[in-house]
Amino acid sequence: MPAAQPHYSLAAGNRIRRAWRIFPFLVASLVLVPVCVVFSSFLSPDEAIWQHLITTTLPNLLTNTLWLSLGVILGTSFLGISLAWFTSVYAFPGYRFFSWALFLPLAIPAYVIAFVALGIFDYTGPVQTSLRGWLGSDLLWFPDIRSGSGVAIVMTLAFYPYVYLLSRDAFLTQGKRLLEVAQSLGFNRRQGFFKVVLPMARPWIVAGIMLALMETLADFGAVSIFNYDTFTTAIYKTWFGMFSLSTASQLASLLILIVLVIILTEQRFRLRMRFYENKKSAQADRIRLTGWQAITVTAFAGTVLFFAFILPVIQLSIWAWNSSATGFDERYPEFAWHSVLLSVLAALMTCLAAAMLAYAARLYPDGYSRFAVRLATVGYALPGAVLAVGIFIPMAWLDNRLSDWIEVISGVETGLLIQGTLAVMLVAYMTRFLAVSYFPLESALQRVTRSIDEAATGFGITGWAMLKTIYFPMLKSSLFTAATLVFVDVMKEMPITLMTRPFDWDTLAVRIFSLTSEGQWEQAALPALTLILTGLIPIILLVRHSET
Amino acid sequence: MSALLKLDRISHAYGRQVIVDELSFELEKGEIGCLLGPSGCGKTTVLRCIAGFEPIISGEIRLNETPVSRPGFVLPPEQRRIGMVFQEYALFPHLNVTANIGFGLHRSTKTERALRVAELLQVTSLTEVADRYPHELSGGQQQRVALARALAPYPDLILLDEPFSNLDVSLREHLSQEVRELLKKLNITAILVTHDQAEAFAVADKIGVMHAGKMMQWSGAHELYHRPANRFIADFIGQGTLIPGRITQSGTVETELGTLTGDIYHPGQSPDEIAGKQVDLLIRPDDIIHDDDSPLRAAVVHKAFRGAQFLYTLRLDSGQIVLSLIPSHHDHAMGEKIGIRSETDHIVVFDRLRS
Repeated sequence: MPAAQPHYSLAAGNRIRRAWRIFPFLVASLVLVPVCVVFSSFLSPDEAIWQHLITTTLPNLLTNTLWLSLGVILGTSFLGISLAWFTSVYAFPGYRFFSWALFLPLAIPAYVIAFVALGIFDYTGPVQTSLRGWLGSDLLWFPDIRSGSGVAIVMTLAFYPYVYLLSRDAFLTQGKRLLEVAQSLGFNRRQGFFKVVLPMARPWIVAGIMLALMETLADFGAVSIFNYDTFTTAIYKTWFGMFSLSTASQLASLLILIVLVIILTEQRFRLRMRFYENKKSAQADRIRLTGWQAITVTAFAGTVLFFAFILPVIQLSIWAWNSSATGFDERYPEFAWHSVLLSVLAALMTCLAAAMLAYAARLYPDGYSRFAVRLATVGYALPGAVLAVGIFIPMAWLDNRLSDWIEVISGVETGLLIQGTLAVMLVAYMTRFLAVSYFPLESALQRVTRSIDEAATGFGITGWAMLKTIYFPMLKSSLFTAATLVFVDVMKEMPITLMTRPFDWDTLAVRIFSLTSEGQWEQAALPALTLILTGLIPIILLVRHSET
Repeated sequence: MSALLKLDRISHAYGRQVIVDELSFELEKGEIGCLLGPSGCGKTTVLRCIAGFEPIISGEIRLNETPVSRPGFVLPPEQRRIGMVFQEYALFPHLNVTANIGFGLHRSTKTERALRVAELLQVTSLTEVADRYPHELSGGQQQRVALARALAPYPDLILLDEPFSNLDVSLREHLSQEVRELLKKLNITAILVTHDQAEAFAVADKIGVMHAGKMMQWSGAHELYHRPANRFIADFIGQGTLIPGRITQSGTVETELGTLTGDIYHPGQSPDEIAGKQVDLLIRPDDIIHDDDSPLRAAVVHKAFRGAQFLYTLRLDSGQIVLSLIPSHHDHAMGEKIGIRSETDHIVVFDRLRS
């Protein structure tokens, strides 16, 4: 009997085993079904609206998406790479602090940075107002924050940590050593950086940029606050403004095509990392910067941190303070409760599915399982707006069939059973955030080696007892991490919640959306601060993890 | 002939911790030197100081008569014409073998570069794999690529940091021979860092044994073994034990093993100066011969099979331990007392330590 087989012997055991075989494909269908549904919308096009879109909106959407993507690529790679390089190879005043502090912006949802930026730098904001006050006249020129570059800057500040995180990983493991190789071959440090270090870190850098780009394309909140039309806002508007779900689906499928290119790029570069040396080489001491070089680098890192984290938090605190003076939002506890409830449910469901997926993949470590897992975990790249459409449609269909069927059988008119509940949202969250919980669980599961299984079986501990005495204790902390990550992601999630929630069932994120679309920055500050505080939890986990 | 490389009492410290302490040695052109020592003895740091990656806080490093490192001055590594082979090779994974080797030839013309790379591919027997990428190569091939890459820009000196430590033990001996032959053929001056004596003996002309940041002895392999400068070297190089003895006026040594005769070597003092003194003498395993007829008996404490021979650890009546290499058909049981006698023609002695 090969070691891979669990020790069941009866027919029931066989059935269970077969269920484990199929399970990964079941989870993978969570990704496949919405994608297929969305693409099938081309079978029944809504001619009038589609025609209108092609001639008017679509070119605009494409150019907007293109410029935004370009801006984010340039911005995040400049900030991410340079900050990662400075904090991993050089010693300058405060480098230890900046090493972790530069991750902090990850805690702020992009739509929060967006509305804070708008609140501060718009025509009526404090900056322009006080400038006008000093000059005593209208400003001749001030950069228009409500523009493509404005959105790109906001997204850059929100998403540069992805590039920072991954390139830092590359630089920490090989940066200094490569610089030495280059020097021993007659290159100076500057040449060494551009000719050796940068090309070698390319897989990490590209993977980081692709993550930032995925977030950019998936973003709904920030672009809608800026009134900058992209695919996600267009999906929302055609669905809830023109009530054409099929057109929304068609837009969603175009977005999927763009995302697909990014996924493929990302995975290709991730594969390439394997060939690159990734042993943590004995880290020689850092190159010490002195004088104006040290000052420049510290000032640069400080400026980025200021605009990406410190300023938003200060501004939000001021707004929250002001708004509390005029009266506390009495529905705030209700929204907070909704957010927490949803996030807890989603975290539990997602972790359970992820753990089972990881276990199934371990039981059958072959090509089929790997394929199913890769498919199942690619949901993180699907924009929430796409998932909302792609999961709502089949669920609504199922709902109608179900109520028809019950009516036929029992004669009772039940009305819709699934719509109007949290089910659609939860399934969509699970699809989107499965990868977030899968990878920590999978790596933890690798620590429970086959021989541990076999040793336990040797002591007669099998089945449920093994789960309880071996798996659970060994996976406990990773389960907690995985659940926390999903929890926080769902707390911040906006488009899925907005589009598939039960009527008038608002969460903090949705509340921020409705308040900011009316320009009520001050009222939105308290929910936003709440989200930032929860968002800090995974950052702390991350920083701890990277320091050990 | 003046030295190509001269280290004159150099020191390096990391914070307050002294890593390299007043270390000196010289290397002639075409010589292969080796820094040998246990891990953490500072040998890699010395290499990095020579390469220019680390500053020195005292002393001076001269390359071709020109000072390259002094306290407060470090000539940048890229201006030193020193090639380096890193421990983990640090090949460029995105470049094939040809491009890796040609990487440092950025100041040459295209033709020059192609010629030089072809030449190096040939001497390192890599021509067949010239188009492959590093991850498609065996460990030995990767190492030769690293060496060829370092040799390409005609450096004055090559530094090799534990060049064989990433290879299978079975490959090491063969490859270390190969590298030596290659360096000798090209008349390359090189310094190698290793913790493996066999490697040092196989490759180097001159070996410097380091301990706690200090140079204990800088000499050829034969001299290290037969004329160790101190107890550390005696203990570190080869095998053996120190046993007490007394030098007689007639130049023999009285010990528990009997009266030994032979050339007496004492680091620092002539045989006449130490006549009559209490000393410790170094007994190597080949100094002790198994002889059933000998009245001198010793008990077997431990034995290790070495193929043709056993390395026996024996206890004399006094409790003193000695080692002996004995042909392996003499298979004695543990605890058994066997006859031995000493056969020395060269005796290394040290001053007796006061305990």
